[in-house]
Amino acid sequence: MIHLKNRSLVSITDYSKEEILKVLDIAEGFEKDQRQKILTNHVIASLFFEPSTRTRLSFESAVQYLGGSIIGFASAGTSSVKKGESLKDTILTVSNYSDLIVMRNPLDGSARFASEVSPVPIINAGDGANQHPTQCLLDLYSIRKTQGTLENIHIALVGDLKYGRTVHSLVQALSLFNATFHLVSPESLKLPSGVKKWIKDAGLEYYQYTELSDVIPVADIIYMTRIQGERFPDPMEYEKVKNSYILNNDILEKSKETMRILHPLPRVNEISEEVDDNPKAYYFQQAKNGVYVRQALIAAILGLKD
Amino acid sequence: MKDKRTELKVSAIRSGTVIDHIPAENTFRVFAMLNLENSTDHVYFGTNLESKKLGKKGIIKISNIFFKPEEISKIALVAPHATLIEIRDYEIVKKEQVLLPEEIQKIVKCVNPKCVTNNQNVPTYFKVISDHHGKMKLACRYCEKTMSMEDIEFV
Repeated sequence: MIHLKNRSLVSITDYSKEEILKVLDIAEGFEKDQRQKILTNHVIASLFFEPSTRTRLSFESAVQYLGGSIIGFASAGTSSVKKGESLKDTILTVSNYSDLIVMRNPLDGSARFASEVSPVPIINAGDGANQHPTQCLLDLYSIRKTQGTLENIHIALVGDLKYGRTVHSLVQALSLFNATFHLVSPESLKLPSGVKKWIKDAGLEYYQYTELSDVIPVADIIYMTRIQGERFPDPMEYEKVKNSYILNNDILEKSKETMRILHPLPRVNEISEEVDDNPKAYYFQQAKNGVYVRQALIAAILGLKD
Repeated sequence: MKDKRTELKVSAIRSGTVIDHIPAENTFRVFAMLNLENSTDHVYFGTNLESKKLGKKGIIKISNIFFKPEEISKIALVAPHATLIEIRDYEIVKKEQVLLPEEIQKIVKCVNPKCVTNNQNVPTYFKVISDHHGKMKLACRYCEKTMSMEDIEFV
């Protein structure tokens, strides 16, 4: 039996393969029929201690489509944190007013801590540089949707593989599904050895590249990420690599017909705008899938779908 | 001419604890960690002593002190192969190797400055794991970062 009811989701590794698939199945139901008013008697708290556009609006949209009510704040400046209230006190107070708390907080590990002190379940909407499990679930949903399966996928992960938390979570999750990983990054932004260990421990293969063009023909999914200048200790090095991972229609000529491009967004220049009209572009649909997945999670955790 | 002494003689302790097989480079760390500079009892120590097992080792003898399990866990973190010898009335009553527990709570600081444990009133909690080279590391239950034993700082 799969029990998601009343369980917090802090890290993608909190879920087994079966539990991940369960959420994706429920999300499919919401894609077919999004306006199911099953949350009319519920209040969801949305506590965003740091600004976020996509994730916050996507969660709020999910609650609205389900007919639920939402309370909360969109930045720490408008909350009692400004007065010096501890995270524990904020969580204990807000749990009195709501059935479930969605939280984003800049501190690494804040979501795990919140889940330990909160009497209501917590959904982690990003804890600093650590985890962002709902992004991971929507990435998985998008992969399954475009490829028909999550099993045996060849995924190319491109860009900042060192600091990109979405990349780390996706590697952990896809290690459950027999994926092959093609890692494309500048030397200084390679996937950390701790994350590579996940791949090895699962008995799977990874290949490392510095040239984007090398992986185009083999990939089922190209997962692009943004390279942030401030990540480089040496600005010269950033200048050297910043334009080296730009996806355009020319490069994509050599890709498989069924290949799709994902990106957690926001994008800067790593995918040329001309690609937006290419049938292989899937990143905006991917963001839309985030709403179905968040509807599914909320419904499953509140015991309204199983 | 008298033979030159080749060994340092240290008085036997009547009652207390001997910590043997400390990696030489960590002798002073163990010393500080156990707050021995404030001890009013006899404390003897040596470092860079020959050791078949470690090359160079340290040894500390402390009178009238017997360690609690959480102090033994601390020793194990910086001297995983140390032997703890309990002495009562000049006799060895117990000799055991320190054991690294599976979990370390409260005593070690997380190395990540952005970890919730360094910014809110949250006690630390680590799992002891081994990395792909078989090296022991601590994984923070909260921020999920792993840290090497060399980076350990006590709370």
